[in-house]
Amino acid sequence: MALLTLSSPHTHGSNRTSRIMLTVALATLPGLFALSWFFGYGTLINVILAIATALASEALVLKARKYPVSFFLKDNTALVTGLLLGLALPPLAPWWITVLATSFAVVFAKQLYGGMGNNPFNPAMVGYALVLISFPVQMTTNWAMSFQVSGTELISITDTLKVIFTGAKELTDAYTGATPLDEYKHLISKETSDQLLQRDTFSGWLNGGWEWVNLAFLAGGLFLMIKRIITWHIPVSMLLALALCSLVFGWDEDLYTPLSLHLLSGATMLGAFFIATDPVSASTTPRGKLIYGAGIGIFLYIIRTWGAYPDAIAFAVLLMNFAAPFIDAYTQPRTYGHDKPRRGLKPGDKS
Amino acid sequence: MTHLIQLHEFDGGIHPPENKLQSTGRGIKKPPMPNELVLPIHQHIGAPADPVVAVGDTVLKGQTIAQPHGYVSAPLHAPTSGTVIAIEDRVVPHASGLTELSIVIKPDRQDSWIEHQSLCAELGLDDCDDIPADALIARIRDCGIAGMGGAGFPTAVKLNTGKYTIDTLILNGAECEPYITADDMLMRERAVGIIRGAQILLQILKAERCLIGVEDNKPEAIAALEAALLELHEEHHIDVVTIPTKYPSGGEKQLIQILTGKEVPSGGIPAQVGIVCQNVGTALAIAEAVDEGKPLISRITTVTGDTIVDKGNWDVLLGTPVSHLLKASGYQAPGKRKIFSNKKPTRIIMGGPMMGFALPTTELPVVKTTNCILAPTNKELPANDIAMACIRCGMCADACPADLLPQQLYWFSKAEELDKAEQHNLFDCIECGACSYVCPSEIPLVQYYRHSKGAIREERATYQKAEQARERFEARIARQEREQAEKDAKRKARAEAAAKAQEAKKSAAPTNSAADKASISTSTVQAATNSADLEKLQKQLTGAQAALVKTKEKLEAAQNDPDQADKVALFEGALAKTQDKIKKIAIDMAAAKKAAKTSTTEAGVSDKGDPNSPERLKKKWDTAHARLETASKRLTEAQEQGLDTVELLTQGLEKQKARVEEAKAAYEAVSSSTKNSSVAEVSTDDLNKENANDELNRKIRAQQDRVAKANERLEMAKAEGLDTVDALTKAHTKQLEKLAGLEAQLTPAGEA
Ligand code: SF4
Ligand code: SF4
Repeated sequence: MALLTLSSPHTHGSNRTSRIMLTVALATLPGLFALSWFFGYGTLINVILAIATALASEALVLKARKYPVSFFLKDNTALVTGLLLGLALPPLAPWWITVLATSFAVVFAKQLYGGMGNNPFNPAMVGYALVLISFPVQMTTNWAMSFQVSGTELISITDTLKVIFTGAKELTDAYTGATPLDEYKHLISKETSDQLLQRDTFSGWLNGGWEWVNLAFLAGGLFLMIKRIITWHIPVSMLLALALCSLVFGWDEDLYTPLSLHLLSGATMLGAFFIATDPVSASTTPRGKLIYGAGIGIFLYIIRTWGAYPDAIAFAVLLMNFAAPFIDAYTQPRTYGHDKPRRGLKPGDKS
Repeated sequence: MTHLIQLHEFDGGIHPPENKLQSTGRGIKKPPMPNELVLPIHQHIGAPADPVVAVGDTVLKGQTIAQPHGYVSAPLHAPTSGTVIAIEDRVVPHASGLTELSIVIKPDRQDSWIEHQSLCAELGLDDCDDIPADALIARIRDCGIAGMGGAGFPTAVKLNTGKYTIDTLILNGAECEPYITADDMLMRERAVGIIRGAQILLQILKAERCLIGVEDNKPEAIAALEAALLELHEEHHIDVVTIPTKYPSGGEKQLIQILTGKEVPSGGIPAQVGIVCQNVGTALAIAEAVDEGKPLISRITTVTGDTIVDKGNWDVLLGTPVSHLLKASGYQAPGKRKIFSNKKPTRIIMGGPMMGFALPTTELPVVKTTNCILAPTNKELPANDIAMACIRCGMCADACPADLLPQQLYWFSKAEELDKAEQHNLFDCIECGACSYVCPSEIPLVQYYRHSKGAIREERATYQKAEQARERFEARIARQEREQAEKDAKRKARAEAAAKAQEAKKSAAPTNSAADKASISTSTVQAATNSADLEKLQKQLTGAQAALVKTKEKLEAAQNDPDQADKVALFEGALAKTQDKIKKIAIDMAAAKKAAKTSTTEAGVSDKGDPNSPERLKKKWDTAHARLETASKRLTEAQEQGLDTVELLTQGLEKQKARVEEAKAAYEAVSSSTKNSSVAEVSTDDLNKENANDELNRKIRAQQDRVAKANERLEMAKAEGLDTVDALTKAHTKQLEKLAGLEAQLTPAGEA
């Protein structure tokens, strides 16, 4: 009688990487819906384009590396990378920006480092940073205006396609504008806060639809927490750090962007719950995660306030990616039966 | 129940499906007697036991068949009466699939007991509460009791807590592994015995209280224990504590944390925090050993899984083959049921699904630690899919009860960065498998840890061995150098004496030979070079001799041929040169041969066959010394960790010290005398040979002189055109022949 001899344990829970990634993708749906609702079909088209690019480039690289393509595509990590990029890019960004960012993210930031699990930097944010640095104009001006801002109909699906794929100038100008964060930052030196908030960009409840988008991502993030796919550490510490910075340095609304805008505008919630929590490139120890999240929050505030770019999730996350291994080395938990946790990695240091 | 026990929580842990109900449907049964019982002599942690029966012996049930070997060991007893039919290597239940010496008993089906009685009766005491702890521990040891929860550590050793004061005894009835219900059923059916065992343990340890930890998924067991407490009026000392169901709450360290909030120091033992932890099954075995004199010859084993018809618990004699137990439970190999499906091999697991190991064959015996035989279908417990890459999700770290970072350990193990893995406390991993269970990438993490631990242990062992070898090697080199220096000095003195003697005799090349002698070496290595040199010289000699013969022929031809008369001188010069060459080679050879001879003789001095040779004795001394060092190292360790073995080790150390002294004395006594005598032997032998050679050399030199003289005369005659040329040539040839003869003599003389 032939018997199987395998190493223990002989049983396995129901967690699967591919399922986790799919759950993450599902959790972005409220945010995607809100973006489409307020800003038109641009994001939807971006997302589809980005996912297609991500899967195609992943398949190509896997093929070139002689890996089983379908087995690795099924892990859904490329899907999530594409999805997050599609959500983060300006809704009316030209198609080639999306394609460039996504393929760079998958090929260079992920596969060239050895594929899933081996990338030190968040691939989506590497792609995003690349296009943000290379094409700052398109990346800061091609944000669609919400119907609340424009006060008119949303851009139609044909017009959206035209803007994205042909870059039709007159249409682009008609439907795009700066984001609230951008506008506040640049105009607050000229006007008072009260005057500013009278502008179209900030019409609606808070800032023309962005508040709802952020709340939708927040809801998705809470869902992930309940599903135990992410822990509270990174989002909470990041948002707390951001809020704290804003209260300490930016309490004067006539000089600095107010807290409400920081928290509920731009990519704050998307970043806090979906991007900063990317496990591969983040810190992994519980205390490390707190430091990591707080770091992102602080950098986010610094760059948003004093940097050249209106939003800064990508840079803040990448900067902390650098620090993650170091943070991990110094925040190991105290192992059972040890008096003190270990600090750092000194060669030859044994307990 | 009378006390309020503050429960603590351990970090991590998982909730795998329990799957326990299948095997609690019926009570504990006894399987039919198997045809043979196989008892491996190593069923516990520590040294294997020594068999004390021989093939053909008849044994009674409960008779000792193997005695413990050393302190950390346990005896074995015959599980039933019968005949010992073999003592041989059999496959043992161990993940390695290795074989081990086993005693095989063929039952006679009489099941007749050896005489046995309670310890109280044996000691003739009136009050059984008066039995001293030592006697109790001795009885537990004699009955071969080893931890029945899993590891199989000899219980008597664990109860010898030495300097530590124990305040709490913990009985482990958590049984957190899925599927297993052996302890559950034991607590339900034999609760009184367990409580009795707890009483004995409290008596031994002089502990204040006993906590019995049982997971809340075993209400029947808890009720039975409570009832037994009342029956034995122990409700004030012993508490049955219901703990939440969470894997691995039954891990010793975890249970201690849950019940007391204390942590066992890394690398330490529970006694260091005043706790001793025993499995409930062990407690029952202790009660039976003390109150009835029954040794550990059977245990409760769960047989379960979807391929088993009669799922439940069995009271199994140790040594019962797993195949027998499976048959008794109605095991159906999945392939047999349906012809066209499920042909894939399945697993048969000894232990539970989390920590058990898959058996390579079912022809293995049940041993003291076998708490479960799990025979699942592949559908029931599917094998893992192909592992994906680690996404560093941290789920493993959240599940780890030891607060490790399993993903880091995994990265380090995979990259073979063993030192980093060790720094990350790899050795605090209890191999519970919680991390593998939750890993979404289905990485067999525990397998990596086992591999790394094994590699590190091996590395340590080799390092230690290398260290010892290095020390020994260095000692040997130092010794050799010392001896070499002594010998060199003696030889030099001898060589100088010989040189002086030769000078006095005005021999041809006194300085040369003296120098050669001074450089004569002693080691075997040099002997090898010497013989190589010798060979070379021999070749040169043969060559030179051939050249000599040829030159002579030519010379003769020239002398006879008036046309070549002018060449005669030329040939004669060549002849002289060749002769010179031969002379030199002969001298060199003599020296080389002498050297070779000396070194062979020297190699012979350090004869390995002689047990009293200084080398041997020195080695003995070295070994004894090394052992002493290890012993003292261990003692220091034990003292630092406060282990109970300190006293024992101290005794051992003393003994070892004595041994070292002995060995040293023996070595010193022998080495001084042997060295002197052997050196003396060498020198006489050497001198004899030297003399013989010198004699020959001298003759050769004289002969060479004669050859030269003959040559001179020949030349003179030729120059003057005398008619004696012919005669002189003949004389010259004769002299040369004589020289050749002498040289030939020299060779056998040197080789003799
Ligand atoms: S659970 Fe698995 S995938 Fe997640 S961090 Fe641990 S080893 Fe990596
Ligand atoms: S097997 Fe080791 S690393 Fe994994 S959860 Fe258990 S103790 Fe932690």
